[in-house]
Amino acid sequence: MVKIELRVNGASRRADVDTRVSLLDLLREHLGLTGAKKGCDHGQCGACTVLIDGRRANACLALAVAHDGTDVTTVEGLADGDDLHPVQEAFLAHDAFQCGYCTPGQLCSAAGMLGEGGASAVTEDVAADPGLTADEIRERMSGNLCRCGAYVNIVAAVGEAARA
Amino acid sequence: MRPFTYVRTRDAVDAVESVEAGGPDAMYLGGGTNLVDLMRLGVATPARLVDVSRLPYDSIAAHGDGLRIGAAVRNSDLAAHPDVRARYPMLARAVLAGASGQVRNMATVGGNLLQRTRCPYFQDVTKPCNKRDPGSGCPAVEGDHQNMAVLGRSAACVATHPSDMAVALAALGAEVRVTGPDGERTVPMPGLHRLPGDRPDRDTVLAPGELITAVDLPAPPGGRSTYRKVRERASFAFALVSVAAALDVGPGGGVRDVRIALGGVAHAPWRAGAAEEVLQGAPADADAFARAADAELAAARPLPRNAYKVPLARHLIVHTLQELLP
Repeated sequence: MVKIELRVNGASRRADVDTRVSLLDLLREHLGLTGAKKGCDHGQCGACTVLIDGRRANACLALAVAHDGTDVTTVEGLADGDDLHPVQEAFLAHDAFQCGYCTPGQLCSAAGMLGEGGASAVTEDVAADPGLTADEIRERMSGNLCRCGAYVNIVAAVGEAARA
Repeated sequence: MRPFTYVRTRDAVDAVESVEAGGPDAMYLGGGTNLVDLMRLGVATPARLVDVSRLPYDSIAAHGDGLRIGAAVRNSDLAAHPDVRARYPMLARAVLAGASGQVRNMATVGGNLLQRTRCPYFQDVTKPCNKRDPGSGCPAVEGDHQNMAVLGRSAACVATHPSDMAVALAALGAEVRVTGPDGERTVPMPGLHRLPGDRPDRDTVLAPGELITAVDLPAPPGGRSTYRKVRERASFAFALVSVAAALDVGPGGGVRDVRIALGGVAHAPWRAGAAEEVLQGAPADADAFARAADAELAAARPLPRNAYKVPLARHLIVHTLQELLP
């Protein structure tokens, strides 16, 4: 067992963890934050997406012990009190979900993605900063699967949040 | 998952010592995007993990006429670096073509080079696999091999190397800086990765305990460069075939310089030396591009269900070079 300390949604949290525990299991099983979901547990579905030091990452592929001292934001920490994050507002406005299982990951991924900028695999000129067209949003959000197929509304919601 | 001890060291010397002391059961940990998954699958069973992701190799800096990229630089930071985007578009495109935004934020340059094949038999511990369990056999030859190698494969292994970034580094002639128990050395790309032969368990030429610390890019090739990747879905999938290419055309319309490397077709990123040789000084047109592709692919030995990769690679080489014409 290893003692670690990290900031989660703004609060300092300590834990005594087996080295095998993932950041996802630390959040869900040890800290009671069940927003981040365990979908595939292989980094392929994106349901576990959280922000680590402000950057979106798959919590299932992150060893908790390797993230000692980091600052983690989960879906529970996206809103500012009762004020929802612009991405959350846009998902509500566009009905960008059906069952909701992938939604925490989609929200954290979109929140992280909007701060990234730069080019993507579909950008014509990789040295230029393109606008967030629907094609750009689809490419940049490809690490998040939605089994209900709510993609049309997810793309619309992320587009609106990008303009907000 | 097998229990393991976790070690974080202050510098590379301590990291190398720690892995050396741990013997064959010790491994370096970068971003973990492949290794943690392989540990969960039971494919990788380290008893000691030495975390090198926080070593001071996380910057990109000018180096001679090129760039030095630290091994701990995240894939997303590499693709976003202004000099990489402006001077090495082939590399920026290759990195952006790999994985997802989340994975690129976690994955390191060193780890990208050392990721293992995604061959379904390698990743399934209930199946034989000469790479995972030498001598146990290769079910892919008779089985699921649609996505497997057509160049440089052996009777023992038909797996492909999954990295996109490594294909661009092979075309650019990058040098991989390594430190280990016997000191430092550099390994020129594409020489880091091996063809399988009768030792498919060895992906690279690195000796036990050796640690990648940086990748040095030479000055970018003249002309224009790009990376094109064909896959089964539009995003977040490994290459069926990919091409990293740079083309410099002289004032008379002849090829002044050309670099071509292929991904998804071999156990290692495949520098297309035969194609480059055909094109050197040849007219830069579709006929010459096709002759060059044919010269390279003459060595292809496809299996029944991956023969499609040969014409796919041919078309991809020709179209990519055409796209690079001035």
